Amino acid sequence: MAAHKQNFFMKYLWSTDHKIIAMQYLFTGMFMALVGGFLAYAFRMQLAFPGTDIPLFGVVSPGEYNALVTNHGTIMIFWVAMPVLVAALGNYLIPLMVGCDDMVFPRLNRLSYQVFLVSAIIILASFFVPGGAFGGAWTAYPPLSTTAEFSLTPFGSPLWVLAVALEFVAFLMGGINFITTAMNSRAPGMKMFDVPIVVWFIVLASILFMGSVGPLIAGAIMLLFDQLVGTGYFNPGVGGDPILYQHLFWFFGHPEVYVVLLPALGIVAEVITVFSRKKLFAYKIVLYTAIATGVLSFFVWAHHQFVAGIDPRMANVFTVTTVLISIPIAEMLFVYIATLYGGSIRLTTPMLWALAFLAEFLLGGVTGIFLGASGADVYFHDTYFVLAHFHYTFFPIAIISVFAAVTFWFPKMFGRLMNETLGKVHFWITVVCFNGIFLPLFLLGTWGQHRRIYNYEHFPELAGQDMQQLRVFATMCLVVMLCAQAIFLFNFFWSMFKGKKAGKNPWKANTLEWTVPSPPPHGNFAKLPVCYRGPYEYSHPDREEDYWPQDEPASETT
Amino acid sequence: MIESHLEQASTYAADIDNLIMFIGAVSFFWFFCAQGMFFYLIFRFRAKPGVKAEYITGDEKHLKRWVSIPHLLIIVCDVFIIIGAVMVWVNVKQDLPDPDRTVRVIGQQWAWTFVHPGADGVLDTEDDITTIDELHIEVGQVYHYQLQSEDVLHSFSVPVFRLKQDAVPGRRITGWFEAITTGQHDIQCAEMCGIGHGAMAAQIYIETPEQHAQWIRQRGEPLAAAD
Repeated sequence: MAAHKQNFFMKYLWSTDHKIIAMQYLFTGMFMALVGGFLAYAFRMQLAFPGTDIPLFGVVSPGEYNALVTNHGTIMIFWVAMPVLVAALGNYLIPLMVGCDDMVFPRLNRLSYQVFLVSAIIILASFFVPGGAFGGAWTAYPPLSTTAEFSLTPFGSPLWVLAVALEFVAFLMGGINFITTAMNSRAPGMKMFDVPIVVWFIVLASILFMGSVGPLIAGAIMLLFDQLVGTGYFNPGVGGDPILYQHLFWFFGHPEVYVVLLPALGIVAEVITVFSRKKLFAYKIVLYTAIATGVLSFFVWAHHQFVAGIDPRMANVFTVTTVLISIPIAEMLFVYIATLYGGSIRLTTPMLWALAFLAEFLLGGVTGIFLGASGADVYFHDTYFVLAHFHYTFFPIAIISVFAAVTFWFPKMFGRLMNETLGKVHFWITVVCFNGIFLPLFLLGTWGQHRRIYNYEHFPELAGQDMQQLRVFATMCLVVMLCAQAIFLFNFFWSMFKGKKAGKNPWKANTLEWTVPSPPPHGNFAKLPVCYRGPYEYSHPDREEDYWPQDEPASETT
Repeated sequence: MIESHLEQASTYAADIDNLIMFIGAVSFFWFFCAQGMFFYLIFRFRAKPGVKAEYITGDEKHLKRWVSIPHLLIIVCDVFIIIGAVMVWVNVKQDLPDPDRTVRVIGQQWAWTFVHPGADGVLDTEDDITTIDELHIEVGQVYHYQLQSEDVLHSFSVPVFRLKQDAVPGRRITGWFEAITTGQHDIQCAEMCGIGHGAMAAQIYIETPEQHAQWIRQRGEPLAAAD
């Protein structure tokens, strides 16, 4: 892995360097987040001001409205949360944090991004085909998704399925790399319980992804066949069953929540330990609760289908498993909160994001209990209560924790510090507006507002002024929040070139990525490191310094 | 909370609302405990010059209690939530009482068709009354609905009943309701069903026995005249 000269194309576009691939994923994910945000802007404006000519978009037709909500969901989960949380951070952090020069399979890694890029181009292209983009909700339930006469998107539907299937292929290849690298390439001395939590969690997420995605890939292929060659896997007219697809989808769909949640929780663990100068409270409990959550997550999928026409007795089983999953998750959140006890807490921008994650995710967690309890879900299913609930989980996951990660590792990635004042302004506007968007939606859902409706004028009980005002308020908060992202983008790109030089270890952190220059050179470590201790030895009583890097031999103790 | 905006118009609406309130009380108790502790710790342990953080591994018994006791209490709470949820669910969806009447509800892109039994009270006879986007029922009667779909998935949702059930093509799904107050309310389609999903609305008319008998007479007349 000696340094050698490469042209721009080979270095930045055709690279096998895990850091460059991470950047490719990160920037693609950021671009897709802007697309997903714009879609949200368009349909929220339609909800607040039905039928008006929306600036930058125009009048939203019912078909376009469906395409907007469908692709907002699809893009935010598969082309923002997955590439940024799992692929970008997994690629960037795993080799640096376990102390090796690159991924185990660098070319597979490059292929993973290339397939991902193709999938992103396909999903974007689907907006411009005759009939427009797919509008059958991100869950793509058949027969709506399989039959062009029903969906009226003869090209949009197959392109959507194709894009999603390719995206899964990309992440399978990425996952193989993450697991093998973390298992086989750890620095000498780094035992299982010395691995930083974020690495553990990305590996667990990859395992969950691999365990759950098979049925969905099968489902996606069957869907594609039903669409294109007229098979009848999900067509009741020829003996198929539409509910089968729902099982395949949610068997993947629910573990998927934890696939993106775990890396986010990992980021939070790294950030709160560094900025409270504390050892992580009960490392093993954190790890075991994550494994328990992962295992349980395979047995909860049908809580999405309580009222879908499954045998009602089945709902009782899935209520039990679903409510039980609150136990490891609550335990983990308690442990994180306990980590703050006795700390020396510095409210830097990354720390604010990490703490906001915990505060907001707690609300997402408790509102999930209403939906996991079958008797209450009969009413809440497919209302805005569900929507607000999962945005209180997904927004902290895909946005808040990502901002924590980007602001935390930015100095490592680009060698310069981001501006703290701009960072805090951006933080407060984003978090306050986020609550302003989704708290009213809980209320609207509680009052019976159902999802994916482009205009509530047909429903007298939902068309009142009080409810419309809440919709307008939520939309206003969204517009302000989206505008505030300009602050972040400016800070990001300005700091990349003009920020204060960061040095190797600006946060005085322990993990191995902070022992190499910022940004790390090709091959990462001049000399491959040896690991002497766990990652969270902050404020150790035997040391004057309040941190103790993992690669510092014990004999150098002061 | 819900009934301030939506009446409880079915026998089980109050059960569902009470379950929601119970879960709300339990989970928000824990929510505010956790948030309170969280913000307290952030303010209490802000960095102060010259004060080093404590070195705590998480194996200390007296500290572990702060995690393990709430943890056990949450398991207890979960058990009660599960019992409540299953009891309500079994009543609403699993154990169907014998019906006084049966109606057929058919979803299709993008309208609801309702087939009511006519004056004889029996479905699938000559005097059935078929309507589009309006369902007429009598208060105080146990109804079974037979839910079907002609094309894609739909979901038969009556918010004042707190009832929701997907319609699946190729299946006939049976459920029940009994209205306890009269009035006119929304019926929604709560499952994405294509570009007209947002306009797939219907109204339910819950009528007194007299009103309902009169409606049946009126609707039956043109039919009788045609014979």
